[in-house]
Parts: sequence; structure tokens; C-alpha cells
Amino acid sequence: MNATHSSSSSGGSGIGSGPLSHGNSPTCYFVMIGTKDNPIYEAELVSVNTARSSSGGATISEAKKEEFRHLNQFIAHSALDMVEDLQWSSNQMYLKVIDKFNERFISAYLTAGNIKLLLLHDAKSEDAIRNFFNDCYELYIKTLLNPFYEPNSIISSAAFDAKVRLSAKRYL
Amino acid sequence: MTKQYKTLGDDIWKNKVEKINAELFTLTYGSIVAQLVKDYEDFTEVNKQLEKMGYNIGTRLIEDFLARSGVGRCQDFRETAEMVSKVGFKMFLNITPAVTNISADGREFSLVLDENPLAECVELPDQALVDELWYSNILCGVLRGSLEMVQMQVDAFFVTDTLRGDDMTEIRVKLIRYLEEEVPAGED
Repeated sequence: MNATHSSSSSGGSGIGSGPLSHGNSPTCYFVMIGTKDNPIYEAELVSVNTARSSSGGATISEAKKEEFRHLNQFIAHSALDMVEDLQWSSNQMYLKVIDKFNERFISAYLTAGNIKLLLLHDAKSEDAIRNFFNDCYELYIKTLLNPFYEPNSIISSAAFDAKVRLSAKRYL
Repeated sequence: MTKQYKTLGDDIWKNKVEKINAELFTLTYGSIVAQLVKDYEDFTEVNKQLEKMGYNIGTRLIEDFLARSGVGRCQDFRETAEMVSKVGFKMFLNITPAVTNISADGREFSLVLDENPLAECVELPDQALVDELWYSNILCGVLRGSLEMVQMQVDAFFVTDTLRGDDMTEIRVKLIRYLEEEVPAGED
């Protein structure tokens, strides 16, 4: 099934704007993973501050977007092992770039409650990502203070989602 | 008249009242409501239970209030409203809700809370929005219980609540009747 998927998408991009590598999309994928390796929040954030490629602004066909989504989850999942290795060597919450996949980087932030915040992104400044992670951490703490929120469960609040996207627009 | 109550309330809050960490208070109340929701699963029932709990608190709280403030009897219901908002709420929650919408006959008033320490950082689940959960309903019970101990039978209920998406949090208090002192049965 994967094989047919990729052949159709590369066909599409050939007609469109020249071959696009997987890592050329300007979107970042942000995921928060609970203590049982369960995702509690995911978001695809369109960033406005990455360096645009020469074919910048090219539209990505729907099939390719779908593939990115599955791929994003796999990439994030495989990065979890790296996080767990690194967490004992550093006493910082922000673990910077911990893994690389094709052209994309994965940065991680480990909270005191062992929640992992992962961001898949293209080349970006560490400070920007650190600020974004700090913001998301504070939003997460506020969510925890809500008595109706079960810790380690999915965060479905629209307000939380809106604030994360706002923070992403500001920093990423 | 109201200035005097305000200064009285501020003074009592500053000097005579023991303080507790606000987050501890908010989280404790939050876990009470969350547990009630889990146990009863019916939001009208949760409202009723919160009100009952508030009633029990109110009947005891009024003694504390009168002991600390040392105020005398109120002349009319308007004065009661001012006393409740400027001295009562200030003493126990450190907020002063505004008294508004006093009815023509002076038997009803509204308390508008601009901040609610019980409901910091709280987001209601979707089902609670559909089914009319009044998160801070314990306050209505406290009002009913405490005023009943001073010979006023009132009905207190929430009209709007910011947690449900309204602009403000408003409690309506209606005086039903003044209770007469009754001689206990069995005495002549």
C-alpha cells in the first residue's frame, strides 16, 4: 500500500512544480506524548518563518499530506527512544535537537511529569523552539489545573488548541 | 453606608482572618465537583448536592461571620445585600461582588462576581454545558443557609456564569419571607 502511495505522489509533483523532497513542507508537527507513550495532543502548525525553497509556496497534493501525517507519527514515535536515553544525561527540560530524519529535525522537551513535547521541524533557531516549548508547557500546566481533565488523557479543548497555534505563529 | 461596610470588610480581611493558599482552595473545590460529577453523572443532581453542601456550610458560617464582624441587625433587605457583598464575601473569599438589579420592592438583588476564586483555570466538559451545570452552586447554598439562620428565607440561584460562556457570573437572591421566631413545641 505504501509503494502505490509514493508512486502516485511523485507522479503528482512531477506535473506540478518539480520534485519535492519529503522535508520541504513548511509545516511543523507538534505532539505531546503522555507517560504511557500515548499521544495526548497533536497539531500540524504552519510556520511562516522557515527559509522558503526556490519552489516555495508550491502546493502539496492531498496524497502527500496524508503520507506526511502517518510519517510524522512514526518519526515522533521512533524519537521517543532517543528522549528516554538522553533524559538521564541532562538536567535541562529542553533537550534541543535529538534526532534527524531525512531533512527534518526533531526537538524534544521533557516536563517534570515525564510528558514529552516533540516538534518535527526544518532548520530553525533553538531559542524560538525553546520559547514555543515553554509556552506550551505553561498551557499544559493550566490544563492540568482543570479539575475535569484526567491526567494522561487526550486534550480536546478548543481553547488549548487555539493558544498553541497562536504561540506557534508567534515563535515559529 | 456602603463605605462603612467596605472599610469594615477590608479591616476584617486584613487583621482577623486566617488565610489559606488560593490554589489549594481552588484545587480542593475542583476535585469535589469533579468527584460529584463522576459519582452522580447527572448534572441536575450535582447542582442539588452542591447546594445542599453549601447550605450546611452556611448554617455554620453565619456564626463565624457574626462573631468576627460584630455587626447588628440589618434594617432592610438592601442593607443585607450590602453586608453580604462587602463584608461577607470579602471576609471569606476576598472578593466584593457588585450588588445590582435591586427590584422595586427591595426583595430581590443580584450579585455580580467579576472574579471567582472557586473557578480558576476551570473548563467545563461539553456535556456539562448542555446539561446546565452551575459550577459554583455551593455559593448559593451558603447564602441560603446563612440567611436562614438570621430569620430570612431566601432563594439563591445562578443566572449566568462565565464558565458557561456568558459575559459575567451573576447570582440572583430572592427574599421569600422573614421567619418568625417560633416557640419550640412542648414549651408553654
